[in-house]
Amino acid sequence: MSLLEVKDLKVRVEEREILHGLSLTVNPGQVHAIMGPNGSGKSTLSHVIAGKPGYEVTGGQILFKGEDLLEMDPNERAAKGVFLAFQYPVEIPGVTTWNFLHAALNAQRKARGEDEISSPAFLKKVREVAKSLNIPQDMLKRGVNVGFSGGEKKRNEILQMALFEPAVCILDEMDSGLDIDALRIAADGVNALRSPERAMVVITHYQRLLNYIVPDVVHVMSKGRVVKSGGKELALELEESGYAQFEDAA
Amino acid sequence: MPAVQETVERVRRIDVDQYRYGFETQIESDKAPKGLSEDTVRFISAKKNEPAWMLEWRLEAYRRWLTMTEPTWARVDYPKIDYQDIYYYAAPKPKKTLSSIDEIDPEILKTYEKLGIPLREVAILEGVEPPPGGPQTPNRKIAVDAVFDSVSVATTFQKELKAAGVIFMPISEAIREHPELVQKYLGTVVPTSDNYFATLNSAVFSDGSFVYVPPGVRCPMELSTYFRINERNTGQFERTLIIADKGSYVSYLEGCTAPQRDENQLHAAVVELVTLDDAEIKYSTVQNWYPGNSEGKGGIYNFVTKRGDCRGRNSKISWTQVETGSAITWKYPSCILRGDNSSGEFYSIAISNGFQQVDSGTKMIHLGKNTSSRIISKGIAAGKSQNTYRGLVSAHRKATGARNYTACDSLLIGDKCGAHTVPYVEAKNSSATFEHEATTSKISEDVLFYCIQRGLSQEEAVGLVVNGFVKDVLQQLPMEFAVEAQKLISISLEGSVG
Repeated sequence: MSLLEVKDLKVRVEEREILHGLSLTVNPGQVHAIMGPNGSGKSTLSHVIAGKPGYEVTGGQILFKGEDLLEMDPNERAAKGVFLAFQYPVEIPGVTTWNFLHAALNAQRKARGEDEISSPAFLKKVREVAKSLNIPQDMLKRGVNVGFSGGEKKRNEILQMALFEPAVCILDEMDSGLDIDALRIAADGVNALRSPERAMVVITHYQRLLNYIVPDVVHVMSKGRVVKSGGKELALELEESGYAQFEDAA
Repeated sequence: MPAVQETVERVRRIDVDQYRYGFETQIESDKAPKGLSEDTVRFISAKKNEPAWMLEWRLEAYRRWLTMTEPTWARVDYPKIDYQDIYYYAAPKPKKTLSSIDEIDPEILKTYEKLGIPLREVAILEGVEPPPGGPQTPNRKIAVDAVFDSVSVATTFQKELKAAGVIFMPISEAIREHPELVQKYLGTVVPTSDNYFATLNSAVFSDGSFVYVPPGVRCPMELSTYFRINERNTGQFERTLIIADKGSYVSYLEGCTAPQRDENQLHAAVVELVTLDDAEIKYSTVQNWYPGNSEGKGGIYNFVTKRGDCRGRNSKISWTQVETGSAITWKYPSCILRGDNSSGEFYSIAISNGFQQVDSGTKMIHLGKNTSSRIISKGIAAGKSQNTYRGLVSAHRKATGARNYTACDSLLIGDKCGAHTVPYVEAKNSSATFEHEATTSKISEDVLFYCIQRGLSQEEAVGLVVNGFVKDVLQQLPMEFAVEAQKLISISLEGSVG
């Protein structure tokens, strides 16, 4: 069974249709890249998969491990293993990162009927994960993303990904606002989390990111549809010829 | 379990629209006839076996009150109070004269147990997990004075306090046993003529706590008073007087709850604090009077005058309050910075939900030289509530080098509530440095979605964000109170979103 299956998805935002019947099949262990120009609907797709309010699904379906994802609340989807790494992670003043992560992890565990993890056990776990990703400990004590640099915010997303061990990770424009060094560090983090059970959907504008996170499948989106899919060489092709060639196809 | 998770846990256990302290205790009580007259004042004074001077003091206040009118400047709206429709005195009927805590009506002990207030002399720090990596807090003792309707029913740890020279007893007892101290200080911070509600309190107050910390003594434990209104149609008018003599220190905690009732109940307390040279009082309140139901029916009118006088040099008074209850809150814990180099602090979290109305803040009156004050106010408005911060910072002509820092932050949840900030600043001295910062924000959809995408429910997410917002103030509370306050915050915001 495929892990994530988007079938003929149609989505509106305030009377305007953004996705006009998008389909996508992601299998365990795969990394899919979704590329496309601004306004092609890439971020809308990621938001709808995660369950962000404000989008109206007018047709099609999304199956996650065969279950209807659109029927689930966003926190339920998270507990089932859907993770969205945000393009712009928010700041939550006064809430320490470790406290936030602990609350979130326990909420997920509880939703799955697992025991909650105690403070000491959690602290041990989060420290190990942070260490494996070369994330400094003091980041855990700071307010969630408060005063973090662009690179730190993205690393915090990756830390969460590592901690929650989701089945599907959607990375929304992870490269935005990162310089080349920060990008490399973030990509290393993502690569460390690749596994035969886990799938990743990498949404990006530029081919650059895909030099570091090498995809199995590349999709080109234009005007709310996938207009072309191929191997990793498709990304290089796009880099040379641009998106214009697909405008007509859509 | 991290504190936030703890909060969330507690919230889950409680149904929406449930005020967990809303139960009533069935006991016989001894009440004054309904209504207010000189006879009522005499009745109360007689019940307390008060000396003649005290009765005179009350009667003078009562006569003055008759000439006064209820203030209307606060941003609160309520029907006219019929002061003749209130019982001014209600006391649990004692089975016999009490000589030890074991003789208190078991029903009352049970009530306090239900409220989580231990009247038995036991160490009470249970179930509170320190933050990881944080210091392990040793079990601490807290001496408790419990006021049930109009009388104090138990004061714990009397012996241990006595050994340290600290006097902690019901004020009705202090009037009889330490008349020299009471006469010297009572009404010197909040005079009987101060304001409508304070004057009413001066006439009819029935009990409250009295604390005297002798020179150079650091009070060996936290002192705490727990106020409970139980009787129907009863006003609670407690009076608290705390004196920290030269070089002494005391931390005092106050908690309040009341049963759920459809009619409004009046609570008009007065708290007076006095610090002499180099002394410090830290006063913390977690106020959770019944706020009324989801339609705005019932709830406590909390019209309270709290004021501290930094009478001595280098003295300090710090107010910390967490206000989650009451239908209407009218409360401005203030500091008179009379002594040179004295300092005052006000840390406040005021939460309103449903139809609650809060008008609260502080006054920092700088009179002495090089005095400083700090105000951190966090207002959170949800539902259809109105939440106003009202504050005054003033520097007298002679108050050279006065300094104040004020930060007022408001957080709105939903779009049917209101937050208002009304700061008054009066500097009659050019060397005064007053800083004021204010922000108003809404919990953004993006922040909520971020939390929910990580697995938290909507309510858990709101609780988390709000706890972060009030963190600066929560940190000022003694730990046991901080935990309780955190629970309260989430509970009072139940059902505020979505």
